[in-house]
Amino acid sequence: MFVVPYLPLLLLFGLIPMGYALKLAFTNDKGDWVGLHNFTKTFNDYRFMPAFKHILVYTTVWLAGLMIFVVGLTLVLHSRASRVSSTYRFLFYMPGALAGASSVLLWLFMLDPAVSPGEFLLKHLLGADLFVKSIAPAHLPFIFAMIAFWTGAGGWIVVMYGALNTIPTELEEAARIDGAGPITIALRLKLPLIRKWIAYMVILSFATGTQLFVEPQLVNQASLGMVPDVWSSNQLAYQVAFRFGDFNGAAAISVDLLVIGLFAAVLVVTRSGLFRRDE
Amino acid sequence: MRAVLARSARLLILTLFALFFFVPIIWLLLAPTKSDAALVTSSPFAFGSLHHLAQAWHHLDAFSDHIFRTWIENSLIYSAGATAIVLFTAIPAGYGLATGRFPGRRLLLTLTLIVMVMPAASLVLPIFLELNALHLLGGMMSVILPFSFYPFGVYVAYIYYSTAVPKELLEAARIDGCGEFATFRHIAVPLAKPVIALVMFFSFVADWTNFFLPYAVLGKATQYPIQVGLSDLLSSTPSFNPAVGGGGQSVNIFRPELALAAIVAVIPIALLFMVSQRALVRGLVGGAVKE
Repeated sequence: MFVVPYLPLLLLFGLIPMGYALKLAFTNDKGDWVGLHNFTKTFNDYRFMPAFKHILVYTTVWLAGLMIFVVGLTLVLHSRASRVSSTYRFLFYMPGALAGASSVLLWLFMLDPAVSPGEFLLKHLLGADLFVKSIAPAHLPFIFAMIAFWTGAGGWIVVMYGALNTIPTELEEAARIDGAGPITIALRLKLPLIRKWIAYMVILSFATGTQLFVEPQLVNQASLGMVPDVWSSNQLAYQVAFRFGDFNGAAAISVDLLVIGLFAAVLVVTRSGLFRRDE
Repeated sequence: MRAVLARSARLLILTLFALFFFVPIIWLLLAPTKSDAALVTSSPFAFGSLHHLAQAWHHLDAFSDHIFRTWIENSLIYSAGATAIVLFTAIPAGYGLATGRFPGRRLLLTLTLIVMVMPAASLVLPIFLELNALHLLGGMMSVILPFSFYPFGVYVAYIYYSTAVPKELLEAARIDGCGEFATFRHIAVPLAKPVIALVMFFSFVADWTNFFLPYAVLGKATQYPIQVGLSDLLSSTPSFNPAVGGGGQSVNIFRPELALAAIVAVIPIALLFMVSQRALVRGLVGGAVKE
């Protein structure tokens, strides 16, 4: 049986952790059933709502950015297929190589007016002449959204572009003969055909966005504590576990996040028709 | 006239975004060639000197008894080790799901898909809690084994074997006397080389760039992969942390060193990106998804 070596991994690092987190979330440190206690307790924690609000604002900004710019850039790129277009796709995709801590470090530099090549923009758009002013709390959701966009947008542009390439050229030609200009073709013909992919991107990015961790974690380290180490929900869950040793509370927060991720995943897998589950 | 206008508008938009995506990278590549003071005073895109680059590397390498090298090595071990296990588990599993008929097959496929689409970070704390209960935290395996679970690899292999490989081919092999395993080993694996390369690439990149899981399960700085190591370095850089002991003089980690660390940390991935650019752009959409 060829699936046998894979099964223990799926169980140990997929299903069992989920089940165990659920169990912890509904019990106390002695293992007794406590119902929703851990959920109400963490919900009433003074840091819980701010953290959820942060990631909500962040994901909203990020999703809006992705929808407008990824779709827009893909359509612009696709309006004239050429060597130039593939060069641009590569340029847009390249920052993906810096995913993780490297991109955050790089953007910390970009946000430091002392060294940034965008000093002019920082001063005039953000009114920031010092690093600490760049990372003022009100800017953070936008900054994190920009970092995520910078590393991730190129990948989505490649995916969308590929999806557009599956459209038969005759269809586009027919539209052109009927007198449709490039903008009409983009909006009336191409956009509806990649609607599924846009939905997929939005749902997935929403779920991923709620998990934000490394960006605020590094900014916290670089801000002398001005940015709290519980800025995002995942950070809060982490701190509840590590600093306060409250594994049941941490499990409750991570179950909140797990439910969001699971819901999005089930939605995409069963409803979008983008994945085949049988021939 | 209108066509010219539309074309220039198109080029303008694309160029503005290309600048946004690429200027930071160029800045980063130039930063380690300058001294920390020159970073502030000289033009952001001026080239410093190779001497400064060498000096930055010297400082970085000397930091905390060559720990930077250890971090890179750790990252290589974690990513390569996990990717090897992924290939040995995910490719056969995809093959089994595509060709076999067994109870629970559809369920297994659906579960794999759901975990694949779920954000990976949502499983980090649950995995941490599980490993903690099993007293398995802190070892190399507490990073490699969770990394080895890679449902995306299973799904890509499944799609490949169920769409691109003709069933008759595998049947012919069996009729010729190949056993189940020999058919897989001698027919199915060689056929799937492009898919194996694709899975290898994505698995390695995902492991290399993962910050949260190693951050949660590892305790000792000497075990950190480079991603977590970078956050350690950041805490030692006085330009971002004026509170660092001795104003950073004692550790000699300033902005050029930090920039160099960020560059070195992505070199393996950047190389992989360049090498597999073409194959990726095709494979990303070609095989992985239903038409």
